[in-house]
Amino acid sequence: MRRLLFLAPVAVLVLVLVGFFFGLKRDPSLLPSMMIGKAVPAFSLPPVRPEDRGFATTDLGGEPMLINYYASWCAACRIEHPLLMQLREQGVMLHGIDWKDKPELGYKWISERGDPYVRVGSDESGRAGIDMGVSAVPETFVIDRQGRVRYRHVGAVTREVWETTLQPLMVKLRSES
Amino acid sequence: MRRALLMALAMMAFATPVAAVNPDEQLADPALEARAHALSQDLRCVVCQNQSIDDSDAALARDLRIILRERISAGDTDQQAVGFLVARYGSFVQLEPPVRLDTLALWFGPLAILLAGGLGAAIYIRGRKPATVTALSADDEAEVSRLLNTDKAN
Repeated sequence: MRRLLFLAPVAVLVLVLVGFFFGLKRDPSLLPSMMIGKAVPAFSLPPVRPEDRGFATTDLGGEPMLINYYASWCAACRIEHPLLMQLREQGVMLHGIDWKDKPELGYKWISERGDPYVRVGSDESGRAGIDMGVSAVPETFVIDRQGRVRYRHVGAVTREVWETTLQPLMVKLRSES
Repeated sequence: MRRALLMALAMMAFATPVAAVNPDEQLADPALEARAHALSQDLRCVVCQNQSIDDSDAALARDLRIILRERISAGDTDQQAVGFLVARYGSFVQLEPPVRLDTLALWFGPLAILLAGGLGAAIYIRGRKPATVTALSADDEAEVSRLLNTDKAN
């Protein structure tokens, strides 16, 4: 028994090492969102498309939807853009916010590559994004029928992310009252 | 050579950490600016995570510095101004995390391990018995005197 007690520090070391080993696989840039379960902080953004009315929190709610933060200067946004176009074709309610970007450049981006958004607003100062805890673009939030944030995805939305996480969540949110 | 060395030493002596705070961000009131500066040194930049927003050149860090100064100018206490950012980015932005239930291990874990180790060592040391002295047997005594009186081993 006393001999076993001498092994206790070794056992503790092994446990800690196992913990650290699994910790290596975690991405430190993925921070937990503070907004989950909370209503989207009020914003009313000017348009990106000329002659458009922009995007405001009054457009939220009713049915589950996505808010995608993008920018013309954002490289990973190019990666997810084709998928966003497909989602739009499938009738997914996808709104866009052009974050920390000149609206002219944000407009150039969607007019050259294709415009996947239902509503799109310009957040040139970045404040609407900061209120949502956005740290970089692209970020995509799932909003429920009450206009509350239910999920935050950091980085490009890939087909895998859409099929395994976002789509099932949106289906579930649709069945909620 | 000597001059170059002196020059290098002088440069090192006067080298101070340079913050990324730009003159246009600073508040006119030196007291408020000092408070904002002190707070921003303890707030983590969420883009380049091991820098404070005071040090970071990231665009978002600049935005957060400006927001912090806006809050302070608007009359927020230090706690309220920091709370504004924590509400958006979480406790992660505090380079000195508050003592809470989920940060207890972080704050007191090393101390607990040190105490446990010290306790274990103390118990071990106190429990050690001094080696008991027993007299040699007659055979051993004979062997010893034989070895001590000859130069040959065996």
